[in-house]
Amino acid sequence: MAKLLEIENLKTHFFTSAGTVKAVDGITYDVDEGETVAIVGESGCGKSVSAMSILQLIPDPPGKIVEGSIRFQDRDLLKLSQDEMRDVRGKDIGMVFQEPMTSLNPVLTIERQLTETLEEHLGLTGKPAQDRAVEMLGLVGISEPHRRLQQYPHHLSGGMRQRVMIAMALMCEPKLIIADEPTTALDVTIQAQILELMKNLTRELGVALIVITHNLGVVARYADRVNVMYAGKIIESGTAREIYHNPHHPYTLALLKSVPRMDQPRKAKLDPVDGQPPDLTRLDDGCSFRPRCGYAVAKCATSFPALESIKGALIVSCFEQKKVSMKSTRTPRARGAATARKTVRKAS
Amino acid sequence: MVTTSEARVEAAFEELAVERPLLSKVKEFARKQPLGTFGAVIVLVMVFSALFADFIAPHDPINNSYEHILESYSSTYLLGTDQFGRDILSRIIYGARTALLVGFTAAIIGSVTGLVLGVASAFFGGRFDLLFQRVMDVFMAFPLIILALAVVSIFGTGIQNVIIAITIPFIPRCARVVRSSALAIREIPYIDAARANGFSNARIILRHMVPNVMAPFLIMITAFVGQAILLEASLSYLGLGVQEPVPAWGLMLQGGAEEYAESAPWVAIWPGVAVSLAVFGFNLFGDSVRDTLDPKLRSQ
Repeated sequence: MAKLLEIENLKTHFFTSAGTVKAVDGITYDVDEGETVAIVGESGCGKSVSAMSILQLIPDPPGKIVEGSIRFQDRDLLKLSQDEMRDVRGKDIGMVFQEPMTSLNPVLTIERQLTETLEEHLGLTGKPAQDRAVEMLGLVGISEPHRRLQQYPHHLSGGMRQRVMIAMALMCEPKLIIADEPTTALDVTIQAQILELMKNLTRELGVALIVITHNLGVVARYADRVNVMYAGKIIESGTAREIYHNPHHPYTLALLKSVPRMDQPRKAKLDPVDGQPPDLTRLDDGCSFRPRCGYAVAKCATSFPALESIKGALIVSCFEQKKVSMKSTRTPRARGAATARKTVRKAS
Repeated sequence: MVTTSEARVEAAFEELAVERPLLSKVKEFARKQPLGTFGAVIVLVMVFSALFADFIAPHDPINNSYEHILESYSSTYLLGTDQFGRDILSRIIYGARTALLVGFTAAIIGSVTGLVLGVASAFFGGRFDLLFQRVMDVFMAFPLIILALAVVSIFGTGIQNVIIAITIPFIPRCARVVRSSALAIREIPYIDAARANGFSNARIILRHMVPNVMAPFLIMITAFVGQAILLEASLSYLGLGVQEPVPAWGLMLQGGAEEYAESAPWVAIWPGVAVSLAVFGFNLFGDSVRDTLDPKLRSQ
């Protein structure tokens, strides 16, 4: 399938008084048309910043995209003018935010918020715009769409608001949707519904989706491919199946181990990732995961391991990837992934 | 049993859903805010006399009648006459026109400009915000009346220059207050969402941020009208505002205050009462509007 989005060596840095924060430090990945790609990682590893960089919504100052290219449908987004970029936002690339409670403007009706995108990008107003809004509300599973149009955000529940946000992102038939932790603020049953909805809609409409999340269950169930980020870098990337069955990076392995699993005794202790993510202003030449890593060797302190291709689509950046891989195949990871799927399925 | 209680609940919900008629809202306002209602009545009386001055005023406000100079209260001249034999009551009624014209125009132009500039300043932030706020600081450093004096001395006297003179000092005051509200709103994700939807800066400022700072803005407008009336009276009193023979309260004070304070006190007292009442009315009304609009105070 054709490549929709190709990000190459993207670097977004924040220049603060405490020093330069390398929030995104040279990431490369691509998204095919209609594909769902997940970006996982801890808080503060740069996943949101990498997504905001695609739309160039990084507050400048202090943030700045210092290097790299973002090719979207054969155009380099970083070379577009402000006005051209505005046209891409909302029209070609939609965005769904983390906080449905505050992502809708409290003083505007649902109709106004939905049709405004059409007005801005397609010049569509009045009855046709309203029809489209009704259609989209129906599509995202909101009952009585006609009545809802006249309501204000405070009339709706969190789940419904997130549905409206999804409808809003889909209004102009974008090619790509970026969902920044779309389910974090929702309760578990609604999470599953929203994810199911996004999965179905993206499949039906052929929209590609970038899901940013720290929920590995979400990844297992909904993503085609996974990029694991740590301290501003992608440290492992592959299909969801590969990552789950046989992770090659100690961080991925640790993340998978830290998730509670249904097939283990209830009293079994969780295995958290020890330590704290590193201070992004003080990164040295070595591997940034080294202080928390059980596999670290002397080499890790002096140079950052390059991403190397393992098999299939799997790439990983670790000197000791063979050891990690051996270790991870011995534990029944496949069952872990299957359980994660089951959990989500049950919830829905 | 069950059905009736259910029906009752449903009826209650429907009642909640139905928009209450204006009259009942007015009644509630009057019950909860007696002082505000008093203020509103003063404002309404002023507006009424300004609009229908031609019909209510018993005499021509600029007609000099030398047979009736400085006459005391009588049935023809209810509040007496001034040193040119003009009817004071009529001049006060027509004066409401000047006061409201200046008051409303200056308050609305000043606060709307301040609103847009303040929200824009908060939205763009960074260097623009810093620079803009320093300019506002410079304006704020002048006492209101001094700034107005400067404007009048540059542009000259006359009603439109009075309006300009009063409007300019209002802009930074409004911009300052609105900016602080807008700064908080800028951090709420729906502004990010609007940017992610590709809306232009102008659209985000005018359609997404401005409606959200309406509450502090409306309160400020009512306060500004009162202040503008007072300022207009002050400027006219100082001879920098409206010029004779246009009926204006400050001007009436100027003509009568010192010279006739003992021999014909009504010349100065009644315009003074009019100014005080007007400002008092607008302030009371503004305060109660704030109390009504502020949800933190409303629940009590």
